[in-house]
Amino acid sequence: MAVEPLATDRAGSNRHLRRRIGHIALHAALLVGAFFMVMPFLWMVSTSLKVPKEIFKYPPIWIPTEIAWANYRDTLTALPFDRFYLNSAIVSVSSTLIQVLAAALAAFAFARLRFKGRNPLFLLYLATLMIPFQVTMIPNFILISRVLDWYNTYQALIFPTSFSAFSVFLLRQFFAGLPMELDEAARMDGASTLRIWWQIILPLSGPALAALSIFSFLGSWNSFLWPLVVTTSNEMRTIPVGLSAFQGEYNTAWNLLMAGSVIALVPVLAVYMVGQNWFQRGITLSGMGGR
Amino acid sequence: MASDASPVRPPPRWRRWRADQQSEGYLFLLPSLAGFFLFVLIPVVAALVLSLYEWSLLSPGEYVGLTNYLNLFRRDPTFFKALGNTLYFTVTIVPLQLAAGLAVALALNQAIKGLAVYRLIYFMPVVTTIVAGALVFQWIFNKDFGILSAAIWRINELTGIPIQPPDWLTDPAWARPAVVILTLWKNVGFTMVIYLAGLQAIPVELYDAAEVDGATNWRRLLYITLPMISPTTFFLMVIQMIGAFQLFDEAFVMTRGGPAQATTTIVYYVYVNAFEYRRFGMASTVAWVLFAFIFAFTFLQNRLQHRWVHYETEDGR
Repeated sequence: MAVEPLATDRAGSNRHLRRRIGHIALHAALLVGAFFMVMPFLWMVSTSLKVPKEIFKYPPIWIPTEIAWANYRDTLTALPFDRFYLNSAIVSVSSTLIQVLAAALAAFAFARLRFKGRNPLFLLYLATLMIPFQVTMIPNFILISRVLDWYNTYQALIFPTSFSAFSVFLLRQFFAGLPMELDEAARMDGASTLRIWWQIILPLSGPALAALSIFSFLGSWNSFLWPLVVTTSNEMRTIPVGLSAFQGEYNTAWNLLMAGSVIALVPVLAVYMVGQNWFQRGITLSGMGGR
Repeated sequence: MASDASPVRPPPRWRRWRADQQSEGYLFLLPSLAGFFLFVLIPVVAALVLSLYEWSLLSPGEYVGLTNYLNLFRRDPTFFKALGNTLYFTVTIVPLQLAAGLAVALALNQAIKGLAVYRLIYFMPVVTTIVAGALVFQWIFNKDFGILSAAIWRINELTGIPIQPPDWLTDPAWARPAVVILTLWKNVGFTMVIYLAGLQAIPVELYDAAEVDGATNWRRLLYITLPMISPTTFFLMVIQMIGAFQLFDEAFVMTRGGPAQATTTIVYYVYVNAFEYRRFGMASTVAWVLFAFIFAFTFLQNRLQHRWVHYETEDGR
């Protein structure tokens, strides 16, 4: 921002100086906060590279005197992290695809088609927005383990969490904002409803679809309680649950636990670094309910 | 609703195809509706029914009416403990989260250098798997060898102030603040990003007008910024509160609900009832009580919002 010389030069430079001091104070405060944010990550990496005797040292050291890469090898042999990754990837990708596809179809019907029962049904969806997942968790657990016999399978990890009223609501809000003339014109040209959905509405909804995809993917990737409840073996565990099981077995081997945490975080953080704007836009857009 | 706001004119002839949309509508809804009924709607009702039963999955369940609810409120000290802890987390986490997120967003909104880097850093914990976050904080909070204890000892040595690090995770008085700190670290980036979006939507003319009137920074914050972002604040308050009510992962990984149940939240108690005690009826009862609380608080906030939330236009958007 430019400072206009208003009354006297002196007042101008005074103001300029105050603004500078303000900015320095601002940076100082932001840096303290940023340190608090980053410190756990640094401490995680530092510990993950220490030999046991350096973990329990006072005062603590940030840079290990001998870098113990072996911790990573030990962690990877102690637990099938590759399998956890595969599971997390399969579950998150399928769950996101199902979530977005089902929601996009339903939202289209709610926003742009007219049929009997549309509004009551939409209200029914809205009414469930506030219901916490924990309420449905127990019947879903019984359904999975007793009725469908899906306990400890991918289906159990994927399906029960893939149908949220929220995603339908989010996309409906977006679709409803597109001009109705688009559909009308396409219909006059003889386009089918499916074609209107696929070739007109979806291409125009890129940002909303991307936002919802990122939001669902992150939610699924980091989800803990449900995978904890429906998996029992390492073959089916996702990263968070695998890491938690690791904690149970190695509860004071901090170097290994931290190595495991680093292994769990590296891919997500790498993807985040590359696409941070997408992540933040996605979270903002979904977080605000599409506004 | 907003979609029907197109200009008034007689419906064109081809709109009579609407009859077709009857079946098409349901066809489009089908995948979502099927999943929604099977995994959301039926389970919600089933949970309510289950809450009236005593059932351990093994034996056939026994209908007990409202006994679960009565037992919960009459003679279940753990439930009250869990309720108290959950309220503690809600009243600490929500205001702290909003204040910290707003402070960072305000700072970043000053056309400051390095905005992108700060944003990247503050948002990093949001994408972090909470299990990994809770693990590293468990290590940071370690009484004997944690970095935080070491820092406090260091201050003690250097300044002579006789402070000692608390037993963060083994002292019931300190375990809850430890969980609050972890949650704050994890979620500040979220409130920050949403607040930033809110701040950027405030028309610049308002500030220009205030500048002409000679308003101080403080007054501008108080009379322009805060009222203008009150819808964002309201929104964040509601969802952060719902999130705080559902706190589980942090308490499970870092403290296992302890010490002395100091971090046993309502959701933790649902988990324990179902998957440790195998009391599926009781677990459903606790879950429904949680829902009732969330509903009541959200309803209350909605009713109170006209007192402090400032909306630009009539329809509140």
